[in-house]
Amino acid sequence: MPLIAEVFEVKKDDFVSAGEVSAKIKRTLKKLGVDSAVLRRISVCSYEVELNLVIHSLGGTIDFSVDQDGVTLLVKDCGPGIPDLNLAMREGWSTAPESVRTMGFGAGMGLPNMKRNADEFDIQSTVGVGTEILMKFHLK
Amino acid sequence: MEQTTYYHSVMLERDKCKGCTTCLKHCPTEAIRVYGGSAHIIKERCIDCGACIRRCPYHAKVAVTDPLSKLNDYKIKVALPAPTLYGQFKGLQDIGRLLDALIAIGFDDVYEVARGAEYVSREIAGRVAHRRVHNGMPLISSACPAIVRLIQVRFPELLDNVVDVISPMEAAALAARKRVCRNMSADPADVGIFFLTPCPAKMTEVRAPQALKKSHVDGVISIMEIYGKLNAAIKDARHFDNLQHAGAYGVGWAQTGGEMLAVGVENSLAVDGIENVIQVLESIENGDLSDLDYFEGLACVGGCLGGPLTFENTYVAKNRLRRLTERLEKTSAPEGEQSELSSEELRTQMLFQPNPVMKLDDDFAAALRKMEQIERVLSDLPGLDCGSCGSPTCRALAEDVVLGFAVELDCIFKLKQKIQQMSKQMVDMAEMTRK
Repeated sequence: MPLIAEVFEVKKDDFVSAGEVSAKIKRTLKKLGVDSAVLRRISVCSYEVELNLVIHSLGGTIDFSVDQDGVTLLVKDCGPGIPDLNLAMREGWSTAPESVRTMGFGAGMGLPNMKRNADEFDIQSTVGVGTEILMKFHLK
Repeated sequence: MEQTTYYHSVMLERDKCKGCTTCLKHCPTEAIRVYGGSAHIIKERCIDCGACIRRCPYHAKVAVTDPLSKLNDYKIKVALPAPTLYGQFKGLQDIGRLLDALIAIGFDDVYEVARGAEYVSREIAGRVAHRRVHNGMPLISSACPAIVRLIQVRFPELLDNVVDVISPMEAAALAARKRVCRNMSADPADVGIFFLTPCPAKMTEVRAPQALKKSHVDGVISIMEIYGKLNAAIKDARHFDNLQHAGAYGVGWAQTGGEMLAVGVENSLAVDGIENVIQVLESIENGDLSDLDYFEGLACVGGCLGGPLTFENTYVAKNRLRRLTERLEKTSAPEGEQSELSSEELRTQMLFQPNPVMKLDDDFAAALRKMEQIERVLSDLPGLDCGSCGSPTCRALAEDVVLGFAVELDCIFKLKQKIQQMSKQMVDMAEMTRK
């Protein structure tokens, strides 16, 4: 049973609040005194995944939990789903529309970057249903 | 060591404090609490940025700097004017006149901090150009001591990226002492080096240095304190040409973006105002500014020209500085034989250490339990962040409650609720016992 567990909702196209969830997660982890190298990796992943929800998904949730062993981010969206996961995991591949790219997002580094920074990374996706990403970060 | 770590220039004059919550709401490290009718500064958290000095309507927050009388402690007195000083005087056409006025009011020599800035600029440019490992984050300026302390408290994971170059003030102090000892064959102990400061954070940098074992500066005098005397002395200054050496780039350091321009790295970003700097540091932490090579963050809006110990309005001073620097050449610090400082001397002697005072407990399991309790307390608070309890936000009160510094009934809404409950109980009791 994790001691800290919170579910944050992230809405599609909500650029006004984008980044607030990852800011809250970071603040909590700093209060807990999480090692700075781990904190940096979690910051990168939580921000990236939050922005992904805003830009690419139809909206979803970030389930953030902490226990003695580590930090878990379980991210679920309600679609549209990724047709070719292998392609999506390749650096530089992006489905971000032009309107979003001109805002400086959607360089296609998101998923590979998350995988690189998380200690455990799992992604499942079904077109028409949604995508689920599980990221775990171990604490010493 | 503990005592020097928590030296502070920013202090409270308790008799002036009304116990209002203005400062409380604007402290970037949540270092202020109000109880017993007045504000209290949590010394472990304060970064001496001076945000509270600027905000306090009753001038109860002050910066403690050295009195001018401290000059008498030394045989030879050297002034180190921050370039910010140049923008403070109406009608000043020539920086040389101002430097001469410093001699007139009692200093024996003047060394421009702007010249120190030229040496520092060159070192930083070298650091950026020869960076071996790029960790996806820019190198960060170490010039603003309030920002360095902010990073130590709130962004310790960025400390590795703070450049290991001493501040222009320290560079100028070292060069000045060397020059005076050589030219006047003076004993170094007889030479007093005085920095003329726009901000309290510089005083703290001198008294509790983080980058050096000991500061090269002997005293720090507020620009505000020396302003009147200097303004009068400028009128009869004779103007010796040999005091003014720094060029436009060095003098430009007084304002936001001046350092960036002087360092000359194309992919740089300069940000001022502590809240803005916090936002950008968050982005850097998120890996969102990985294309950036250098970041200059300054706590005061307008840069040092906006320091809380300056006399003139920031924008007026900025305009004056612009006109003064237009006449200066875009020189850089002397090189080779002419150079007064070596790379080794410009390097910091110590690493900037993290100061994670926001952490709930040293033990992770205990911190987790406290966080859980905080969330529980917080869920029961009104969430208005009104500050009436004396803590800056409801979350901060919840933390204070769990850490034992406050009680839930410090919240006036909770107190009101409790009083209502109690009065209802009394009415009920009165009803029950009526015969």
